[in-house]
Amino acid sequence: MGEPGTKEVLNLADLEAAGGLHTGRKHVLSILVENKPGVLTRIAGLFARRGFNIDTLAVGPTDDPTLSRVTLTVDGALHPIDQVTKQLHKLVNVIKIRDLGPDECVARELALFKVSADADTREQVMQFTDIFRGKVIDVSKKSMTIEITGTDDKIEAFERMIRPFGLIEMVRTGEIAISRGRSAT
Amino acid sequence: MRAVDAIMECLKAEGVEHVFGIPGGANLPTYDALYDAGVRHIQCRHEQGAGHAAEGYAKASGRVGVALATSGPGATNLITPITDAMMDSVPTVFLTGQVRTDLLGTDGFQEADIHGMTMPVVKHSLMIQDPRDIPRAIHEAFHIARTGRPGPVLVDIPQDLSRADIQYEPASDVQLPGYQPTTEGNVKQIRLAAKALANARRPVIYAGGGVVNADASKDLTELALSDRFPVTCTLMGLGGFPAPHEQWIGMLGMHGTRAANYAMDEADLIVAIGARFDDRITGKLAEFAPRAKFIHIDIDPAEISKNVPAHIPIVGDAKQILPKLTAEYRALETDSTRLDGWWDRIRGWQEKYPLRYDDSEDSEIKPQRMIEAMWEATGGNAIVTSDVGQHQMWAAQYYHFPRPRRWINSGGLGTMGFGLPSALGAKVACPDDDVVCLAGDGSLIMTCQELATCVTENIPVKVFLMNNGYLGMVRQWQELFWDKRYSSVDMGASPDWVKLAEAFGATGMRITKKDELADGMKTALETDGVVLVDVRVTKEENCYPMIPAGQAARDMVG
Repeated sequence: MGEPGTKEVLNLADLEAAGGLHTGRKHVLSILVENKPGVLTRIAGLFARRGFNIDTLAVGPTDDPTLSRVTLTVDGALHPIDQVTKQLHKLVNVIKIRDLGPDECVARELALFKVSADADTREQVMQFTDIFRGKVIDVSKKSMTIEITGTDDKIEAFERMIRPFGLIEMVRTGEIAISRGRSAT
Repeated sequence: MRAVDAIMECLKAEGVEHVFGIPGGANLPTYDALYDAGVRHIQCRHEQGAGHAAEGYAKASGRVGVALATSGPGATNLITPITDAMMDSVPTVFLTGQVRTDLLGTDGFQEADIHGMTMPVVKHSLMIQDPRDIPRAIHEAFHIARTGRPGPVLVDIPQDLSRADIQYEPASDVQLPGYQPTTEGNVKQIRLAAKALANARRPVIYAGGGVVNADASKDLTELALSDRFPVTCTLMGLGGFPAPHEQWIGMLGMHGTRAANYAMDEADLIVAIGARFDDRITGKLAEFAPRAKFIHIDIDPAEISKNVPAHIPIVGDAKQILPKLTAEYRALETDSTRLDGWWDRIRGWQEKYPLRYDDSEDSEIKPQRMIEAMWEATGGNAIVTSDVGQHQMWAAQYYHFPRPRRWINSGGLGTMGFGLPSALGAKVACPDDDVVCLAGDGSLIMTCQELATCVTENIPVKVFLMNNGYLGMVRQWQELFWDKRYSSVDMGASPDWVKLAEAFGATGMRITKKDELADGMKTALETDGVVLVDVRVTKEENCYPMIPAGQAARDMVG
């Protein structure tokens, strides 16, 4: 594959089939890192080198000021994941990595929606917001801004409901996750 | 003291006696400190040369090689050796000057984001932001470079910070929470591996550069001799097992022996030690060693099951694991006659397919003959460095390395021009050994400026140039696979290597006839100072045997 000794022109299907193992599920990687410059670049670089698209990314401080938590999600249907987690372990500034399965963690994301809403539609938008346990955090004559917290499914469901009213803009933080039960993530 | 003086103290505390490099604006303070620090600096002629020299030094001695460069172009010239050191796991520390902190990010004169540029190709890197961190950073760099799976570490130091007045206290232990290599090897896994070996009917030990890096070649030999296990080595592992030896079946892979490749193909158990199942070893992955179970011993957990799934993975240092494995295996008191049939099969291949070439009937020098003559002239005892291409493969085939750290070449990255600068580094590390650079004409021209370094710094390496006037390996592929359309591979008649050597102040010699080889090489080795011997060999000789790229061991040709 791709060897200079092979004169044949390669077809695209063969090229695609040459990728590695695919798990077919979304992966939430919770990565504990030293709070140092360049760490995020190194992590992102490992994904980029293998052609991975990071779906969401959230970085923040932890209870220990010398450490930060990176939570990122990638689609295992599109990308073979095991090599990249092994390579992440090799980064000197990476302390711990967990590939959290959907059953072993609780995950949340925050999203802000700016929606067209005038006197006629404002009530309906507020009803949906209530159903999704969201909050209205800004309002003008022709728009409302709503805050929703939840899993990515819930946020996507809300987006589908609200889109017909005229979705002006949506901003999402990316998921953060923590393991279930007593032990630390 | 000045931070740069603290750097010198750190280097000395790390046992550094030699560094390679070139000064420039941003590392002027470092060079001022070097002036009377008591560390020998070898002033190279190109930063790439300095980097490869540091690699050669490290590979020959097992110690950390150090190269210095200034900011901007000095630093970017190091990128090739840094990448080379990453691919071949060479313990190296690169110290680069950087522009003043107030110029950072302004496209200042000779500013290059070397820290950012090298991130994918370093084991680790540190960008200094506070001068008080410099001593700790230097010690961390050495610790990371030499422990675990060795590799290159870059420390980028802004010029103003290097002039800061700091407190220096001698090193304490380096503690890195995210870096704790596993070294011991899981005892249960080792026991399992011993049992698998005892049950194997067609075992092969496949050893790589990790054995050399771990200084574990004696331990490898003990394991092999605990029964009659056949041993093959990768290009990087040559010398890890003494050749020739009755249990040595030759190098494996693309230009390996048929015996080694066929043995891998038919093996029922393969013990990989410090090797990484590179595509030059496996060929077509789906057809690689189809009958085998794999024991994979490696210090880098990311190598386990990367290309070939391991049945018994053992993460750790070969130096620690192999003696335990040997002891466990010996305790099983296995009957070694079970391997008789396997050895019959291997001996059959060895007899039927020895490494061979058709020697010329006239005075023409066949390249393989040149390597044999080199082996004879040096008594097989020289440290041989090589460039990349046909000559490298012929050396791997025909120069039998009896000990580790005698064969220094660029395996993973395949860096042409590696040979001469790595030879000068090796000679600095091992001044009492003969150091021979086996060069290719396409490669040597890329770094030949280091002849000036060798002459000026009095580093008497002997360069044996295998001159066929071609980029030979590319020409071979074009001949075999691309309908002989020789596209841009002819090197022409330039330079005149003898005159070039003389212009540098070295001794130049030329050998054009087979019967001049032995005496000519002997003379070169006995001549004081730097010698370059231009050996004219057959122009269009192909390197065989060969597994065509992307094919399986069974498809070997030639």
